[in-house]
Amino acid sequence: MNMQLVTGNHAAGHSMSLAAEANRNARGSVCGIYPITPQTEIVEFVARQPFSKGKVIPVESEHSAMGVCIGAAMNGARSFTASSSNGLAYMAENVMVAAFYRLPIVMAAVNRTLGPPWNIWADQGDSLMFRDFAWVQLYCDTNQDVADTTLLAFRLAEDPRVMLPVMVCMDAFITSHTSMEIELATQDQVDRFLPDCKIPHRLDPSHPVTVGGMTMPQETLTHRTDLDAAMRSVPAVLDEHRARFRDIFGREVSGALTAYRTDDADRIYIASGTISITLRDIVDEWRAKGEKVGMIRVKQFRPFPAEQLAELCRGVSRLGVLDRNYSAGTGGIFWQEVRAQLQGQGDHLVQGYLVGVGGGDVVPETIREVVADLGKRNRAEAPIWKGIEQ
Amino acid sequence: MNAANPEYASPECLLRPGNTNCGGCGMSTGLTMLGRALANERYSLVIPACCGIVAAGAFPTTSYSVPVLASTFASSPAFASGVAAVNQLNPRRDHQAEHVICWAGDGGTYDIGMATLSAAAERNEDIIYICYDNEIYGNTGGQRSSATPVAARTTTTPGGKGETKKEIIEILAAHHVPYAATLSIAHPEDFQRKIQQALKIRGFRFFLIHAPCPTGWKTEPADSVELVRLAVRSGVFPLYEVFDGVNFRINAEPDGTDPAAYYARQKRFTGQEINLERVKTATRRKMRRLRQLASMNQ
Repeated sequence: MNMQLVTGNHAAGHSMSLAAEANRNARGSVCGIYPITPQTEIVEFVARQPFSKGKVIPVESEHSAMGVCIGAAMNGARSFTASSSNGLAYMAENVMVAAFYRLPIVMAAVNRTLGPPWNIWADQGDSLMFRDFAWVQLYCDTNQDVADTTLLAFRLAEDPRVMLPVMVCMDAFITSHTSMEIELATQDQVDRFLPDCKIPHRLDPSHPVTVGGMTMPQETLTHRTDLDAAMRSVPAVLDEHRARFRDIFGREVSGALTAYRTDDADRIYIASGTISITLRDIVDEWRAKGEKVGMIRVKQFRPFPAEQLAELCRGVSRLGVLDRNYSAGTGGIFWQEVRAQLQGQGDHLVQGYLVGVGGGDVVPETIREVVADLGKRNRAEAPIWKGIEQ
Repeated sequence: MNAANPEYASPECLLRPGNTNCGGCGMSTGLTMLGRALANERYSLVIPACCGIVAAGAFPTTSYSVPVLASTFASSPAFASGVAAVNQLNPRRDHQAEHVICWAGDGGTYDIGMATLSAAAERNEDIIYICYDNEIYGNTGGQRSSATPVAARTTTTPGGKGETKKEIIEILAAHHVPYAATLSIAHPEDFQRKIQQALKIRGFRFFLIHAPCPTGWKTEPADSVELVRLAVRSGVFPLYEVFDGVNFRINAEPDGTDPAAYYARQKRFTGQEINLERVKTATRRKMRRLRQLASMNQ
């Protein structure tokens, strides 16, 4: 066992570097890098590695960092990067291109509040702006989850049934800069877990095609339905690779949804990221008081595991969704998604709670208030803001 | 595309017949000359948003005989850096080079792509970057760019542009790139020689092609080559090259031709008070500066 006390950033950088090295017998690996707080340590970690067949390119912007990844992946290399917040916003155009070109790029997204006003603390609004960009999105809770999900992300992205980019998200500072003792993968394990990266549509001078030229609406429609089919293949493929992960690494890596004490629950709370760790403790606390509460941690936001969620929530009348993100004029984005996906799946009261938007600490007492509020409700209202000082 | 005609299947034919480019398009002639110069080379093109990517035609056909990667508007040097990095990691067994060539318009080069271009030049990426400069956003119907010359009418400068164009070669030279040069489609031998020169060098190489756009310049398609010939002879578009950012060499000295002839044949300069004395002075000053730089070669 290779247990070490490391930060979330270290965990991501370590896994990405092992994945990069694992492609040394194929076309190699390329990482376009650009600093932004709080992800900078990830690209610094990668830049220190002596890859046997890899290149780290320090560019002038996030837009170009993703541009380098796109060019490298289009030439057959394993490609990856990391960013946060306004850096992700600046990168946006090429983020979309990566998916629309069906390139299996992996990006660590350290969720940080979008500015202005400038704020470096946790908020998922940055990566969630890409929810319609055809990237698989996985939101991690612990440092172990970051390390393992990053490896899983490469396996999933490069699976020929998927061939889509994957974003591995973690909370700014709470995960990125906080150390936890975790088990780090070894190169030998990663070599066994990740086959050579093969990109079937890579540039080939003996078969010259133009990638990304004009298409008419009919061909564009085919492109979009192909993207949809690839996205829909993700849940089964992810679980397949989780099983393989368990065989090689000897531990579980969490899947799309993690249900906790939901079997006989009459109320279920839904959260993602580090908030779900605290929520779990509060569920135990309220179970001890005899309350039938349960929780679901959502890891995979895209594609959204709608059927699995509906199954877990069947017959449960009240659902509370905790969001550390906010779409102005509506509410939390996970809340919107849960409501939309459960439409027609039974009679649920779905109440949204905005907790820790803009990076405020989500302490146990905040979650106790949320849990108590839903317990008293017989109808839902507009999402409730928590943490606003009166 | 006529696959049955062996001429069109030859490696020289980079831009194949059947493309929908305008008559007299300087970019198209530039592509033809580039294809001839690279007939024996293996290469890919990275093309940002511009007439160059529209020239490929609609999926699933393509007018290009080499692999082409379409990039976002500002990104061709970044995409190309990624492609080139993987080529370096995977040298061919026969040691033949695989070139990566950016083919971009002036909007993608002087304007939106400037930061990306500057960064790739500073990193000395192993890329050949070619800007076909039609001094306008041609693909969107003729708006001003920072490459548009002073006084030219465009759809966004209906009264004529007030500012002078950027000296892009000198900007690239200031990055100390191994090679930067201008190309004219009226000087095919010089064009060929400079591309061959670039192939002998690794690292960032930059070319600027003066590329008439009859649609945007309001000129006769048949005049395109004559116009750029006049631009070279009058000093409006000097042919020169820069090695390592410091060694300047003028390839064709202006022969005293009055630049008035160049301006008079373009309707983008009509209806405006074009101060030709000012243009001539600027041209003389530029040539004097180039000669000074050329005299200081190390």
